[in-house]
This record gives sequence, structure tokens and C-alpha cells, in this order.
Amino acid sequence: MAENDKIIDEVVANDYKYGFTTNIEQEFAAVGLSEDTVRFISAKKNEPEWMLEWRLKAYKAWLKMEQPKWQNVHFPNIDFQSIIYYAAQKKKKVINSLDDVDPEIRATYDKLGIPIQEQKLLAGVAVDYVMDSESVITTFRESLKEKGIIFCSISEAIREQPELVKQYLGSVVPQRDNYYAALNSAVFSDGSFVFIPKGVRCPMELSTYFRINAENTGQFERTLIIAEEGSYVSYLEGCTAPMRDENQLHAAVVELVTLDNAEIKYSTVQNWYPGDKEGKGGIYNFVTKRGMCKGKNSKISWTQVETGSAITWKYPSCILKGDNSIGEFYSVAVTNNYQQADTGTKMIHIGKNTKSRIVSKGISAGKSQNSYRGQVQVHKTADNAYNSSQCDSLLIGDKCGAHTFPYLEIKNMTGKVEHEATTSKIGEDLLFYCNQRGLTNEEAVSMIINGYCKEVFKQLPMEFMVEAQKLLSISLEGSVG
Amino acid sequence: MLSIKNLNVGIAEKQILRDFNLEIKPGEIHAIMGPNGTGKSTLASTLAGKEDYEVLSGEVSFNGKNLLEMSADERAREGVFLAFQYPVEIPGVSTTNFMKAAVNAKRKHNGLEPMDAKDFLKLMKEKLALVEMNKEFTSRSINEGFSGGEKKRNEIFQMAMLEPTLCLLDETDSGLDIDALRIVANGVNQLKNKDRSFLIITHYQRLLNYIVPDYVHVMYGGKIVKSGGKELALKLEEQGYDWIKEENSELV
Repeated sequence: MAENDKIIDEVVANDYKYGFTTNIEQEFAAVGLSEDTVRFISAKKNEPEWMLEWRLKAYKAWLKMEQPKWQNVHFPNIDFQSIIYYAAQKKKKVINSLDDVDPEIRATYDKLGIPIQEQKLLAGVAVDYVMDSESVITTFRESLKEKGIIFCSISEAIREQPELVKQYLGSVVPQRDNYYAALNSAVFSDGSFVFIPKGVRCPMELSTYFRINAENTGQFERTLIIAEEGSYVSYLEGCTAPMRDENQLHAAVVELVTLDNAEIKYSTVQNWYPGDKEGKGGIYNFVTKRGMCKGKNSKISWTQVETGSAITWKYPSCILKGDNSIGEFYSVAVTNNYQQADTGTKMIHIGKNTKSRIVSKGISAGKSQNSYRGQVQVHKTADNAYNSSQCDSLLIGDKCGAHTFPYLEIKNMTGKVEHEATTSKIGEDLLFYCNQRGLTNEEAVSMIINGYCKEVFKQLPMEFMVEAQKLLSISLEGSVG
Repeated sequence: MLSIKNLNVGIAEKQILRDFNLEIKPGEIHAIMGPNGTGKSTLASTLAGKEDYEVLSGEVSFNGKNLLEMSADERAREGVFLAFQYPVEIPGVSTTNFMKAAVNAKRKHNGLEPMDAKDFLKLMKEKLALVEMNKEFTSRSINEGFSGGEKKRNEIFQMAMLEPTLCLLDETDSGLDIDALRIVANGVNQLKNKDRSFLIITHYQRLLNYIVPDYVHVMYGGKIVKSGGKELALKLEEQGYDWIKEENSELV
């Protein structure tokens, strides 16, 4: 046991290397939330009247809602009147090209390893950079535009693509869907908008990099991706935040829509600040992500690697409405120190011959709690629906917890649902075996974890697979003695 | 190359090894036999550096260095190899990747660059032949779904890959059928050279029909109570351990 105690002690030793802040002149909304805050944000964004109406409707719904309490995470009550709902750079000029980006912001992204410079970007990845409440810049827009692809900030889409936004915004996650979705609908500030027209295969990975910078500020981004008939897009989001003692709220909404024969592959590498080793500070990551396979033969695939946040609470889901549509969820969720995660997915089978696949790999270390929560619904209409779920938990040390909450609702007898779950432990025997071959504990854990997560990692685009592997090693650094 | 002096080892407050002494010179093969529960596996685990075993007193020097001061992984990189009695499974990690990490950890320790992929594959091919394993083995997850015999062959394969100077075999022969036993022994014999020493722990004489030891020691009550040549093993096979127990009744 001495070995295991050491494991735990050293878990704590890891450092979060994205914890710096950027000094730029920012302007903020007044602290707290009221109808005026909503109006302020809408005005800042030069939004049309219909958008303001939409927000206000959400705000009014939110006022009547209660914070959900069913999740297996614990945190003090959030005072929604002490949060700043809007923080953006004081704009001096219009940004037309990369050269116009504030040098401080450029330096920030350089430090994060995602330079705002197209020639230095990973080949074939277009990036939308979002800091706090606004999109800084989106790269490769022009070359994408030639194919009819729209990739821009959601604020811009609201102004320039009102018809598309009106048609799809809230169509998958309605304003009153849940407490945090309602809050987001009222105060969302920025995020990405993607539209892939009929028959177009997006030639590059699209990516949004979310950065929280300002203090006492919540980030409420909104992402909407629409893939028309026969189109394909692969999208990746990454996130980091400075190290701060207080908790910051991140309540995003992501909506995906695929029409007939279209496919969206959505990957997340989430590395929000997790708090310090005593569990102080860190991001509350309360996110609603949902995709609708609206058309037949369409496919939505979620891949997530969750290493950050003090609390992660999200269930990227698929509504399989179109016949023969496919939903997938691949997840690696790592918790260390005092982190808590309650994450999983919902697969809602409505169309005939719909298929879903869930692969969830939870890794708990330190004193963390890691829960998988997954729901599979097979509606009356969903003849021959098929789901396979595999939920594995891996424990490092003996002060952490892993929990699995599967919910199955089957209303059509032709459906087939398979659920498999395992729990394993990186025990002393396994470590000693690796040590005996000359590997240090760090090397051993990194190798074991990467082997354990292989099935999920291979879903990620190549460049990000390498990143994810590194990130995992870093977040579990020192987790064994 | 290995010198164990007055070694006392305990686990969970219980003393297992008592004033244990043993000298092994380069190139020698030593076999340790003895009834169950006399400390044979404790000896192997202690030498390999398993933390559960607490060294109460005594000295172990390995190639002139104090072995007891080194961590398990350091000992391995210095050239101590333990073929496990119960090799563990590592899901998702192929034998190839595992060995690549291990070989390169050792090379780094010796101030060498990582081995390039081509040389590594060549080395693997060569060593696989030694234990009559085919390439398909190395792409499977380590020991996952392996038969008992395959696991033991995999241990000898890893030993061959890492080219240790001290090889500890902890009941490698247990649970092997006669063909696997022959293959394992054959592998060991081919690895034998003037600098490499072996400490073979076994219950049965039959392994020693294939691997001829220079010395056979009988352990009882945490220490070596009798040493001899190959003929001692034959006597044990014939007469069992009762006479040893009688001669050393004061030890238990």
C-alpha cells in the first residue's frame, strides 16, 4: 500500500501549463444578470431585433427554471449575479487580416501552441479563435468560401446568414431544454458557425479554439454546424483557461444537424483549468451538446478527450431521426486530484435501422470522482435499432471513484441493445511488471493509459491524436510514485 | 557478479529470508529448489526490487554496485531481468510497443540513442526465432488471451530482447507442457554465455534435464540448507524433500 500512497501524493504534483493571463484592454458587461444584460450583449453584437427577442424569451424561461440536482457532482451554489456575462477586447479597429490581430492576443495563441498565422498552422486546419466573449479571427475563410462553405463566428452568422440561423438555432437544443441551455440562449456571446452545402466534402479540418481570459467571467459560447445533403465535415474544438482561485462557469451549447447522407465528425480536446491540487478554482464545464441526424443515412460522431475542468458535466448526444442514421460517441474522461466528471451520452433512436455505438473510457486518479451516465432510447418507430455500449473505468490509486449509470428505454421489440462494462486498476503488480522491464512509473502509466484509450484516440484526426496522448500524459503526470 | 550476504527479508511483518547467502559468478547457472513457502519467490522478487518486500538487513552487490539502493526500474536497466511466474496482461499495449519502450529505456540508461525502427524489427525477428514465436504475437496486447505456455515464452522472448546480465527465472517451468518446456529451455540455452548468469527457481527436476545447472541449492526455512551439483536435483526428484526437512527441523 505504501506504493499506492506515494502514487496519490505525486498525482498532485502536476502543473497546468496554460494558466497564464493575457493583458489586453477589455470591456465588460456590468456584473450580474438581468434583462438589461441580455440587451447589452445583443446591442454589443449589433444583432437584429429577432435575435434579441429570441434571447429575451430564453431569459424569461430561465428565470422560471431550477438548477438541476440529479448529477453526481458536488459544488457550492453558483451565484449568477456575481458573474460577468460579457468580456471582449476593446476594439480599436476592424480586423480584416491576420496582421490586424492585437499582438498580445497573437502572443497568447503562440504560447498555447496554436499560432495565428496561416502558414504556420497545421496543414489543412482552419481555426476560429474565441477569447472570452468574442471570436478574434477565423482563418482560411476565403478558400472555404470558394466551395460554398461558411465558417465564421456565430455573431457574424446572425448578421449575415439570418435565414440559416433562424431555421436551425435552437432546433436541436431548444431554449428551454435545460437550465444551462436556457442561460446560454439568453447570454451566449460567441462561438462558431459552420455551413457545408449540399454534396461538399470539407477539404480541411475546421477547428475552434476557446480561451477564457478575463476574471470573474463566464464563457457562454454557441456553436451551430449544419451539414446539407451528402456533405461531410470534421470539426475540432480545444479549450484552455488561466489558473485562478475562483471557479469560472463555462456553459456552452453545441448543435449539429445532418441532412440526408451527410456526416459530421465532432472532436473535443477539453483542457480547461482543473483547479489546483487542493481542488481550489477551476472551470465548471456545464455543456449541452446535441446532434440531430435529421436526414436518412446520415451520421454524427462525437469524440471527446476530457482532461480539464474542476467539474465536467456533459452528454454529447445524438437524435437518430432519419432512417439508417448512425450516432457514435467515443470518450476519454480523465479526472485527477479533486476533479469531478459526470459525462456520457444519449442516443435517441427514432428512425428505422438506426445504429449507435458508445465507447467510454473513464480514468480516475487522486481523489477524483468519475461517472459515466448514458441513456439509450429506442422509440416505437425505431424498427431494428441497434446500440452497443462499452464503458470501461480505470482507477489509479485507492482514493478515487468510478461510477456507471446506464439507462435503457426500449419501446420497440425489434431493437437490439448491448452493454458491456469493465473496471480495472493500475495496480502494483502491473507497475512492477513494467518497472522490471526498465520503465519508470511515469513511462509505465503513460503507456498503459494510451493503450487503454487507443480505441478512442484512433477516432481523432492524426495531429490531434498525438496532442491528446501528450495531454493525457501531462494530466496524469506524477500520478504514480 | 552477484553477491548476497546475510540477507534478511520480510513481508507484512513476517520474516521470510533468514541470513541468506549466495555468490554467483559470470556465466554460471544456479538452480534453487525447495518445498513451497520457503522463500524462493521472495528471493526473486527482492532481487528485482518489488517494494512489498522489506529488506531487514544484509547486502546485495551486483556488478560491484549496491543493488538494494536501486529502484526496480533502475535494476532492470542495469541488467537484472525477472521472468515472472505470473506475467500480467496489459490491454491495448502490444508486445512490440512494450519492448520498444523497454529496449530504448535501457539504451538511454547506457547513453545510447533510441534504436531505429528497422534495426528494432530485425532484432525482434531474430529473438522471436529463439522461442519459436511468430511475428503475429508481437502485435497482440501483451499476454492478453495468451495461453500459459505463450506467456512464458513471451517472458523468455523479452529476456532475449533486453540482453540482461542476471536472469532470474521464477518457476518459469510451472504449468508448461513438454513442448513448451523444451522451447523455453532451448531459448535459455541459446542465451547462455560467459557474461550472463542465471538463477533458476523451480519445483521440479525436469527443467534441469534441459538446462544443465552448475549448482543446485536447496532452500528451506528462508535459507540455503544444501548445495551441490546436478546430482542433488536428481536425488530430490527421487526422495522428495522430507529428508531435507528432517535434517533442518530446527529452522521451522
